[in-house]
Amino acid sequence: MSKITSLADLKKRREELKSGLDIRVKAIDPESVVQVKVAMATCGIASGAKTVMEFFLEQLERRNVEAVVTQTGCMGYCYAEPTIEVKLPGQDPVVFGFVDLKRADQIIEKYIKTGELVDGIIPVNYQTIDLKE
Amino acid sequence: MKELSLNILDIVQNSIRAEAAEISIMINESLSGDLYQIIIKDNGRGIPDEILRNVTDPFVTTRTKRRMGLGLSLLKYHAELTGGAMEIISNVGKGTEVIVNFSFSHIDRQPLGDIAGILVILMASNQDINFIYTHKTEYGEYRFSSEETKEYLEVAALNEMNLLEEIGWMIGENLKEIKVSGFELRERNRVIL
Repeated sequence: MSKITSLADLKKRREELKSGLDIRVKAIDPESVVQVKVAMATCGIASGAKTVMEFFLEQLERRNVEAVVTQTGCMGYCYAEPTIEVKLPGQDPVVFGFVDLKRADQIIEKYIKTGELVDGIIPVNYQTIDLKE
Repeated sequence: MKELSLNILDIVQNSIRAEAAEISIMINESLSGDLYQIIIKDNGRGIPDEILRNVTDPFVTTRTKRRMGLGLSLLKYHAELTGGAMEIISNVGKGTEVIVNFSFSHIDRQPLGDIAGILVILMASNQDINFIYTHKTEYGEYRFSSEETKEYLEVAALNEMNLLEEIGWMIGENLKEIKVSGFELRERNRVIL
């Protein structure tokens, strides 16, 4: 692959690729696709949320999973960082803690693709925390 | 946090929460002046005076989910370790500017790390924000703007991961060109697991 050093190179490469790739239009309604939120506050970043987020961004695309990956603030589970919240369409969100690349891979392959739960789930009660405030 | 780029990612979260439409990250390297300066500027809602006074106190935060805010205090600590300092200028309704000075040559100054990857993450999850990144070294200057890139490529949003990855590499190549210190470009198509 040739080096991309300027916007012009980037544009040229886009045009070369266009013919070969079918351009996927991202679903506008996030409710209809898998939503992954990576907690990215100080605690998350310090324990490796960046690598986890990069992994999800790259791998969901590569493995052809229709998904929206975004970042969110601290969910209050600083002890279990990096944490991510995964919401499959039509289901309640599930929060996974201590997510490293190995667990991230399991989450994609098992939970996102087949709905099978994997280790590291944090019993969710943040809705009740919100109510208490 | 082991890299300055992670600190930048953290501080930029504050700007995102302040509903900024434009966030600019500037890094100035001056080996001759022994200065490594990071400036993060946004046009968000700004910080009221009474909070600004205590903003680097780790036990001050505007969040309600927990009572600590470590981002700014951590960065201030890192800067002071090298003999540097941090300054925050903020105007309510106009925006905030965080200026951090490090001593370039100090052994405790962390390396920059993968700033290109950080920009990719920020652009991927904040489509509506214009991120401007400027890096000055003694060999030259590089400037990147997500809004200008969108216009140049004639795309509505930078939401395709392939495109974002390529933008990351482009930024990386340019940073190598101006010999940015401590920058680590993630290798392409890395095999995972």
